[in-house]
Amino acid sequence: MKFVSEYRDAAACAGYAKTIARLTTRPWTIMEICGGQTHSIVKFGLDELLPPQLTLVHGPGCPVCVTPLELIDKAVAIASRPDVIFCSFGDMLRVPGSDCDLFSVKARGGDIRILYSPLDALRIARENPSKQVVFFAVGFETTAPAHAMAAYQARQLGLKNFSLLVSHVLVPPAMDAILSSPDCRVQGFLAAGHVCAVMGFEEYLPLAAMYRVPIIVTGFEPLDILQGIAMCVAQLEQGRHEVENQYTRTVQTQGNLPAQELMKNVFRVVDRKWRGVGSIPASGLGLRSEYAEFDAELRFDLSAYTAEENSVCISGLIMQGLKKPHECPAFATACTPEKPLGAPMVSSEGACAAYFRYRRHDAPASATKA
Amino acid sequence: MSSPKDFVLSCPLPLTDYPTVTLAHGGGGKLMHQLLEKMILPAFQSPLLETRHDGAVFGIGESRLAFTTDSYVVSPLFFPGGDIGTLAINGTVNDLAMCGARPLYLSCGLILEEGLPMDTLWRVVQSLKSAADAARVQLVTGDTKVVDKGKGDGVFINTAGIGLIDYGQPISPASVRAGDVVLLSGDIGRHGIAIMASREGLEFETQIDSDCAPLASAVQRLLASGVEVHCLRDLTRGGLGTTLIEIAESARLHIGIEETAIPVREDVAAACEVLGFDPLYLANEGRFIAIVPQKDAERALAALRSEEPATGAVRIGRVTDSPSGMVTMKSRIGTSRIVDMLSGEQLPRIC
Amino acid sequence: MCLAVPGKILSISGEGMMRAARVDFGGVIRDASLAYLPDAVAGDYVLIHVGFAISKVEEGEAQRVFEYLREMDELADLTPDSSGATRR
Repeated sequence: MKFVSEYRDAAACAGYAKTIARLTTRPWTIMEICGGQTHSIVKFGLDELLPPQLTLVHGPGCPVCVTPLELIDKAVAIASRPDVIFCSFGDMLRVPGSDCDLFSVKARGGDIRILYSPLDALRIARENPSKQVVFFAVGFETTAPAHAMAAYQARQLGLKNFSLLVSHVLVPPAMDAILSSPDCRVQGFLAAGHVCAVMGFEEYLPLAAMYRVPIIVTGFEPLDILQGIAMCVAQLEQGRHEVENQYTRTVQTQGNLPAQELMKNVFRVVDRKWRGVGSIPASGLGLRSEYAEFDAELRFDLSAYTAEENSVCISGLIMQGLKKPHECPAFATACTPEKPLGAPMVSSEGACAAYFRYRRHDAPASATKA
Repeated sequence: MSSPKDFVLSCPLPLTDYPTVTLAHGGGGKLMHQLLEKMILPAFQSPLLETRHDGAVFGIGESRLAFTTDSYVVSPLFFPGGDIGTLAINGTVNDLAMCGARPLYLSCGLILEEGLPMDTLWRVVQSLKSAADAARVQLVTGDTKVVDKGKGDGVFINTAGIGLIDYGQPISPASVRAGDVVLLSGDIGRHGIAIMASREGLEFETQIDSDCAPLASAVQRLLASGVEVHCLRDLTRGGLGTTLIEIAESARLHIGIEETAIPVREDVAAACEVLGFDPLYLANEGRFIAIVPQKDAERALAALRSEEPATGAVRIGRVTDSPSGMVTMKSRIGTSRIVDMLSGEQLPRIC
Repeated sequence: MCLAVPGKILSISGEGMMRAARVDFGGVIRDASLAYLPDAVAGDYVLIHVGFAISKVEEGEAQRVFEYLREMDELADLTPDSSGATRR
């Protein structure tokens, strides 16, 4: 597949492994922000190709994992209503709420539909005027333009039976929160390439300068990630801390302006709670007042609801890179993909699930490495 | 014999975990295996059931027979490359074939939902007939029931089948040995994508047809070629990954496969990229693996490749002693990963 | 996060917010919205996420990954070598 297969070339991967090994003279800790990158790293075993002094930590780059517990509970409550068709990306179905997950609601007879795009939910709303159609609008900035368009078109069409349950989060404030933590051991970042395709990467310049960390805008294929790591290590070894773009075939400095335009039209920046991390100011998106009628939390009167996290789950520490999944006492015992205690064990991007699926048997051996 | 009340009280699956059956319990992955291991197998305590093979093999007089059953609840009923009728025949024919049997007679139970158009039923019946002819089996007995509207997905079908085994050696994971070679009869993932692409919101414009096909004659060719066949298994739900794990666990051996050896058609691979699927876990309905000694590998491949649906047969890996019960895959970039069982169905993802 | 896949625009229809394309992803064809790429034309490669084209894929930059590696002086030394997995 063009623009995909080339970046999985075995010889070039081996070449990068050698380059990175040559560049690395000291231990470095690098965080990749994006769940898709975590997925790639674990699926292709990229950390096997890295020298032992390099430690990769997996950041809170999975919007599925960081969706707050109460929002899952709200989704479950809405989806359980007989007058609702609840539409969602597949990722959200198995994330555990306080009581159960959306999958169980489906098992109990809830009309839950897995869709590829939020625009399909608009079509379902038009075809089912007697039902309330709700779309679970989860994601980073990458997905916000799609949700913005759904809200925009719903308003244009005057749809009365369509709403969005919004849980959008923004990457730069999360990086800021991680970097400002006194326990932070992260020395360099691989920034999320597709988030930057939408937003550009100018927002990362003040972060790199303030915290003196190199930030490399990185893609998702093995060669992208390896090149991103090489560029990051090169900077670290040279004592530089700049923002560089590895993913030049897709990301422009200013990002996608028409997308940002509609996002600003439909959404406003709000404080958001990140599951396992806590509330981060100005770290999310919520619908503007002009779009209030499409806000499912208002339509179904759920704004006041809050929920407490399971105390055993250390997902927050894992997502901040302070612990590895196999260091959690519940990992692979009380907490498994079949019976997850927290979101990172469910989402295919979650650090814990990725470790469980690909690494479990050699986790102790790699504890000192990645 | 315990009373029904006793049985409920000692239900082995922790009720707090799964008070009700979920879709994942039918997905072919971990939860379904748990259901079998913790509730169903212990309840029946049958040595034949414990072999956990595609069909039961037993002797009656001088003959060795294979007996199997399967139920078909697919939605949509009609999909590119097949329908519930073709699945119902081929699924059971293939399970018999995997026991090394020549499929002979099938039964067919129809559970129809009130309101199903007669025309739809007729199409399904026609499909059953043509699939049975293509597989050279006879449908000899059956049953029809109708349930209230809302209580079924249009049509549910159960088929059971009987076949005759000529091959003298036991074909099962227990016969697998370290040093054996793993062969795959063709490219994977077509059925899973065909089904997925017929679902709302996930359609493609390009048609990818299911690989649904009868495998009995390919297996008979293999058995007749003089190859020592240790194990056969068709891929179905859960895909290549799940099938290999089941065999590795059953045989208590290790199976190592090479990603680059596993054939995936370009459009299937592309569909997987778009929807976020791993082809290793996609359903197939016309593909099987054969485990044979190293010395017989070439002869086995030649026998398979001589006719559809196995013309694309390839070697994908080998069996070793350890790590026992596991499957590992060497990726296209040379690194290694464990192939684990999924907990339930694969779902399309954005993340 | 952000599973986005590159595909080639086969044809375009509609305008403005309703502008859409038939996109070929390595043999699989799906529609996608071009609302956010008003300058994209047939023949362009674009990155699609949840049914929306969010960026063009610049063919001119596609080789950058390999050029960087060459610049790091390694590509010339490559042999089909599986020991990359065990280098320590």
